Amino acid sequence: MATKLKEVDVVIVGLGWTGGILSKELAEAGLKIVALERGAMRTPESDYALPNIRDELRYVVRHDLMQNTARDTLTVRNNVSQEALPMRRLGSFLPGEVVGGSAVHWSGHTWRWTDMEFKIRSMYEDRYGKNFIPADMTIQDWGITYAELEPYYDKFEYTAAVSGKAGNIKGEIQKGGNPFEAPRAREYPLPPLKPILASQMFADAARDNGYHPFPRPSANASQAYTNPDGSKFGACQYCGYCQRFGCEANAKGSPHLTVIPIAMRNPNFELCTHAWVTRVLKDSGGKRVTGVTYTNVLNGEEFEQPAGTVLLCAYAINNVHLMLLSGIGEPYDPVTQKGVIGKNYCYQTGASARLFFEGRHFNPFMSAGGSNDTIDDFNINWNFDRGPHGFVGGYNVSGGFNTALPIGYRPVPSGTPQWGKAWKAATAKWYQTAMNISAAGTVMANRYNYYDLDPTYRNAFGQPLMRMTFDYKTNEHKIGDHAAKVINDIARSMNPTHLNPARGRSDPWTVVPYQSTHNTGGTIMGTNPRDSALNKYLQSWDCDNLFVVGANVFPHNSSYNPTGPVGALAYWTADAIKRYVKNPGPLVPA
Amino acid sequence: MTESGFGRRDFLKGAVVGGAAAAAGTTAVATTSTAIAAAEIAPQQEAGPVPSAGYEFLSLDEAAFVETLVDHMIPADELSPKGTDIGINIYIDRALAGAWGKGDRLYMQGPWKAGAPSQGYQLPLTPAQLYRAGIESMNAHCRKAYGATFDRLNEQQREQVLLNLSQNKIKFDSGLPARPFWTVLYQTVMEGMFSDPIYGGNRDKAGWKMIGFPGAIAVYREQIEQFRDKPFPAKFFGIADMS
Repeated sequence: MATKLKEVDVVIVGLGWTGGILSKELAEAGLKIVALERGAMRTPESDYALPNIRDELRYVVRHDLMQNTARDTLTVRNNVSQEALPMRRLGSFLPGEVVGGSAVHWSGHTWRWTDMEFKIRSMYEDRYGKNFIPADMTIQDWGITYAELEPYYDKFEYTAAVSGKAGNIKGEIQKGGNPFEAPRAREYPLPPLKPILASQMFADAARDNGYHPFPRPSANASQAYTNPDGSKFGACQYCGYCQRFGCEANAKGSPHLTVIPIAMRNPNFELCTHAWVTRVLKDSGGKRVTGVTYTNVLNGEEFEQPAGTVLLCAYAINNVHLMLLSGIGEPYDPVTQKGVIGKNYCYQTGASARLFFEGRHFNPFMSAGGSNDTIDDFNINWNFDRGPHGFVGGYNVSGGFNTALPIGYRPVPSGTPQWGKAWKAATAKWYQTAMNISAAGTVMANRYNYYDLDPTYRNAFGQPLMRMTFDYKTNEHKIGDHAAKVINDIARSMNPTHLNPARGRSDPWTVVPYQSTHNTGGTIMGTNPRDSALNKYLQSWDCDNLFVVGANVFPHNSSYNPTGPVGALAYWTADAIKRYVKNPGPLVPA
Repeated sequence: MTESGFGRRDFLKGAVVGGAAAAAGTTAVATTSTAIAAAEIAPQQEAGPVPSAGYEFLSLDEAAFVETLVDHMIPADELSPKGTDIGINIYIDRALAGAWGKGDRLYMQGPWKAGAPSQGYQLPLTPAQLYRAGIESMNAHCRKAYGATFDRLNEQQREQVLLNLSQNKIKFDSGLPARPFWTVLYQTVMEGMFSDPIYGGNRDKAGWKMIGFPGAIAVYREQIEQFRDKPFPAKFFGIADMS
C-alpha cells in the first residue's frame, strides 16, 4: 500500500531541461512543487571533475550517465508484422538518467525550428498540392507559430549560453550567419566558437560550391558568461570530451548549472531523487489527474504524491510510456488510425562521408561539442524546390568534429584490414589526417511508426515495456540519397587523398550502433483532440491539469537537434501554467 | 562427445552456468606469463614485458586463446609493442570479471528469440558467458578445421580463421552464433588498446602514442588556433597520472 503524501500544487516528473525550467519558473510564481527524478544527484565539482570525467570507456562505451536498460528498456521492431524484442542494451539512442537528464551529456546544438515545421502540411499543400504528401505520411500543423515562440527561443538561448552568429535580425540578413533562419530579435548571447581546421575546410568548400556555411549554434560558452538569472559559465576548453560527458569547465549549457540550482534555493521547491514514477492517477471521472505514484528505488517503498497539476518532464520516450501506462487518452491504432497516444513517433536520418588528407593535421581531439560549420541550403531554405526530388523535409550538412575519442573514432580508408600491421599503420596515419562531412535529415511522421505497450516484456516494476515500431520510409530514403550526392560533390571538390563516400541508407533502422538521441512524437501537440494529444500549450486535451513537455510533443522530426524548441516550449508552457493556475480549465477550447 | 567438439547440451550447461567446461580433447596448457612470472614483478618500465597481474576470470585455455589473439591482432612493430605487452589480455580479463562482464545494464529477461539483425543483441548470455562459450566454440572449430586449438595454429591459419570469423563464415557446432562473439571480441581488443590505462590495457599509453591522442589532460583553449593544421606535441596523460 502506497504511503499518501501531502498534496502539493505541482508535481514534476523528471528533472532535466524541461523539468528544471518549469521548476524554477513555477516556484518563482509561488507554486509549491515536488520534482521526482529517477536518477541520482550528481555535481560538477565531484562527478564531472578532472581527471575521472575524461574516461571514454566509462562514459561513452559503458553509458555511465544513461538509462539502465536492465531496469527499463523498450521493445523494438521495424514493422507491425515483426515480433518486437527488447533493446537489451542502449545503442541507437541514449536517454540520460541523472539530475539534469540528457542535458548533462548533450553536445549543446541549439536550433530554432521555424514555421517550415510548425505549418508543414499547409505550406506543402499550398505550394505542391495535396497529392504531393503521401497518403500514409501523417504530418500535420503544430498549432503554434514561430512568431509566438521567438521570445521563448531567445530566453532559452540566453539561459543556456548559446554561441553563434545571427543570420537574420528582425528581417535583416547578417553576414556570417545562417541566411535562411527565421528573424530573431537580437544576436546570440555569445560569439561563435573558434573554428577548427575541419570546419574551415568544409566552409570554404561549401562556399565554393555556392552554398551558405555558418558556424553551428551551440550551448558551449565561447567566453566566460553570466546568464540573465545570474548563473555563471566558464569558457569552453575545446577538450574533445563533450558528447556523453558532463562538462568539467561549466561551459556547456545544462540545467544542473542553471535553472535547477536556482529552483533548489527556492523554499517552494523540493527535489526527490531515486523516485521512479510508475503511474499518473486520475479521478473517478477520468477528466482530471490527481497526482502520481512512485517507488523509492533505494528501498522499494511506494508513495502517492497528490498534486493540483501534474507535469511530465521525463525523456520523450518515458513521457509517452507513462501516458500509456496510466491510461490517459486513447492509444493510437495504426490500422484504424484512431487514438492519439503513441502516434507519430519519428527519428533522424542522414548520410556521412569520411575524407582523408595526407599531410594535414586536424587534431580531432581538440574540439567543442559544436565545432562544426553547417549549410541549410537544403533544409529551412524554402526556395529549394522539393518538387523535382519528390520529398517533404530536408537536411542540413556539417563538417567538423565532436568528441572524436579513439575507442570509437579511428578513421581508415575503406578496404583497410581490421587488425595486424597494416591496420596499425593505417590507424596511426589517418587518425589525425581525416575529417567527416555529414548530413542530418528530417523524418516525417508515418501512420505505421508509433509506440504502444509491449504484450510480453516487462520492466523491473512489473509494468509492460514500451514497444517502438519504426522504420525509414521512401521519403527518408530520397532525402538520404539527395544528401549523399551533395556531400560527395562537396567532398570531391576538396581533393582528398581518399574518400569514403556518403551513401543514402537502404537498410532498416537498427538498434545498434548509436545514431541519434532525437526521439520525437508519441504525445503530439496540435489544433484539435481528434488528431493530437495536447493543445498548443502542451496541455492534455483529456485532463486539463496535466501537461506533457519534451520532444514527445513534436508532430514530426526536423533535421535539427530538438533541444531549441524543447527549451523554448518549456518556457512557453511555464507562462501558460502561470495563467492556468489563476483560471483553471482548458487553455484552448476543444 | 565427438572428437571435434561437444554436444549442444554440454555447451548450454557450460555457457549458462558459466562453468569452466573445457572441451574434450583440449590439452593446451597456459604457456605464457600468467602464474609463474607473477612471482617476479618487475618495476614499471617503458615497453618492457608486462609484469603479470594474474587472471581474475580467464581459465588457462581461455588465457592462451586471448593472449594469442591479442598478439596476432596487435603485433609488435615500430608503432607499438604487441598486445600482451600493452596489457590487452589483462584489460579483457578485468572487463569480463567485472560488472560489465557479469551483465551490468543488460536486460536479461526472456523469452529469448533470435530476432532480426536490426533488433540487436538477443542472446541469453552475459558478455563473460558469451566470451567463454565463444572461445570454446572457436577452439572446437579450430580442432575440426586444423587439428589444434586456436593458440596452437600457425600464423597463416590464425589469420584465416579470424578472417572467416569476422566475415561471419563460421558456423559453430555449439549453436552459438558467430557474429555476436566476433563483435564482442573485436570491441574488447580495441577497448584494451585505447581505453585509459587504469583498466589494465593501453600500457604506457601505447595505443594513444601510436595515433597521437593525448589522453586525459585536455584543455586546448589556448592551443586550438596555434596548432590549427600543425602537429600537436602531445604529452600523454592518463587518469592515474593525475590522481
